[in-house]
Amino acid sequence: MVYDAIIIGAGLSGLAGGIRLALFDKKVLIVEKHTVIGGLNSFYTRKNRIFDVGLHAMTNYSPAGQRKSPLGKLLKQLRFRHEDFRLCQQETSEIRFPEKSLHFTNDFEYFKQEIAEQFPTQMDGFLKLLEKIENYDELSLVSNAPISAKAVLSEYLSDPLLIDMLFCPLAYYGSAREQDMEFYQFVIMFKSVFIEGFSKPEGGMHYILNLMVEKYRALGGEMLMGNGAKSIRIQNGRAIALVLADGTELQAKNILSSAGYLETLRLCDPAPVELESAEPGQMTFMESIFVLDKLPKELGYDQSIVFFSLNTKFEYRSPQIPIDPDSGVLCCPNNFQYPSPLPEGILRLTHQANYEYWNNLSRSDYLAAKKEQRAQALEKLFKIFPNFSQSVIFLDSFTPKTIEKYTGHLNGAVYGAPEKSKDGRTPYENLFICGTDQGFLGIIGATLSGISMANLHILQN
Amino acid sequence: MTKEQVRQAILDILTEIAPDEDIHSISDDGNLRDQIDLDSMDFLDIVMELRKRFNIEVPEKDYEFLATMSSCVNYLFPLLGDRKLAS
Ligand SMILES: Cc1cc2nc3c(=O)[nH]c(=O)nc-3n(C[C@H](O)[C@H](O)[C@H](O)COP(=O)(O)OP(=O)(O)OC[C@H]3O[C@@H](n4cnc5c(N)ncnc54)[C@H](O)[C@@H]3O)c2cc1C
Repeated sequence: MVYDAIIIGAGLSGLAGGIRLALFDKKVLIVEKHTVIGGLNSFYTRKNRIFDVGLHAMTNYSPAGQRKSPLGKLLKQLRFRHEDFRLCQQETSEIRFPEKSLHFTNDFEYFKQEIAEQFPTQMDGFLKLLEKIENYDELSLVSNAPISAKAVLSEYLSDPLLIDMLFCPLAYYGSAREQDMEFYQFVIMFKSVFIEGFSKPEGGMHYILNLMVEKYRALGGEMLMGNGAKSIRIQNGRAIALVLADGTELQAKNILSSAGYLETLRLCDPAPVELESAEPGQMTFMESIFVLDKLPKELGYDQSIVFFSLNTKFEYRSPQIPIDPDSGVLCCPNNFQYPSPLPEGILRLTHQANYEYWNNLSRSDYLAAKKEQRAQALEKLFKIFPNFSQSVIFLDSFTPKTIEKYTGHLNGAVYGAPEKSKDGRTPYENLFICGTDQGFLGIIGATLSGISMANLHILQN
Repeated sequence: MTKEQVRQAILDILTEIAPDEDIHSISDDGNLRDQIDLDSMDFLDIVMELRKRFNIEVPEKDYEFLATMSSCVNYLFPLLGDRKLAS
């Protein structure tokens, strides 16, 4: 049997691409090496609690009825109704730096007002920057010469503090590049985070993932779990077969891979020359989850998400030390507008981390290092936030090593490689990539990536 | 299929891809794109649904015939006219 398409990976982009193809009666198979769906945005169970791996918040909130916003496009292309996703909007989020703090909600006017109050001299420039952002064609699939977001920002804004404060949340939620972003990526993230905003699905990420798998299966899509792609046999510039970990060989007209660009080239046999010039990403994170015996609000945590930096100058890079406790993201899942409150208080804390350090530790040192780094991170955190140590009833941390192990992304690079392949093409005519390395990032971005690559390369042909 | 049935078949497709829109208010000669907020992703879906439901291929150069309801009907009627409606 020859499949119309085999998709590598049952993360958000793979599942979305699968639904699109199955919707139009294509014979499609998703192969996933892990035994659990979700990839970078999966979930796991500890002590009878289900934890989301990746989810702080879904970006790109737009209300029901909008068909042209990224969320609207995603819903209509996958034929979901807005209410199917059960999205609960954020309350207020914050960017907290030593001298200043900016709040934002899902009403962009609120954020504009904040900037006008905190940075009155910058407002003119900010409005001009906004005009540029609003008129920018950030979704073009054509790769142009890279434009540095930092360079563009400094054309419009003269206060480096404001530049760093705008950059911080967008970098954390979507930059594969250290210290900078490409401007188109900045525009995508600016719209996703500030103009549209945050929500969380009631029921967590596994709820959305299950919804997608159910739809995919109901449409006749096939799925193979715990048996990943070991290699892709190449002949005459085409992928002619996919070999699974257990040795099975499968044939498909097209292969769509969400494993990452470099990761996909590495599967190709023989290996392509392009492999030598492709650079893996470096940006990865450590995250700790704290279950509390009180609600975060009772402990003084009243924001949905706080992006903080203890220094005026914000650094975004793989740190020289195991983790960089000087900046981070603090998420309070409770502080979203759920119809009924979550059963327990939860805080999640994310820091930039150094992959090499975590990768080189022995098993016993690894566990000790997790504890030690987490303690250091909290010590720094409690300089500017209330101490919640006495309220912790359960805690867990994952590191770049965990991310790499469960998603296969080299270096545990959450946002993939800095160079994106926007049209999803590879050196081989019927092998395409989707997801993280195609250039649409985050939950909504990855999902849209799977949709648009399936449309462009498989449905339109 | 009669012209009226072809029109209904198109409405069925639009209902499927744009469930929140008021399909019944569509006028025959107004641009579909403006009346129910369709974009290029939706047009791909219309074409894909035509292929799936009626096995009709609409080549890209013919997309212009899908602009209004009446141009859709005129374009599709010769292709669907001899089809029986699936029961
Ligand atoms: C800690 C963390 C926090 C995050 N927070 C947020 C957030 O708050 N908001 C947000 O929008 N985004 C967040 N993200 C990002 C978001 O999770 C990702 O952008 C998105 O899930 C990427 O989806 P993807 O389909 O591109 O890739 P993946 O999810 O990585 O999917 C790839 C899949 O392919 C599988 N695979 C790899 N190699 C093979 C092989 N050889 N054979 C078979 N299968 C293979 C992997 O196991 C994986 O399941 C976060 C990510 C992390 C790690």
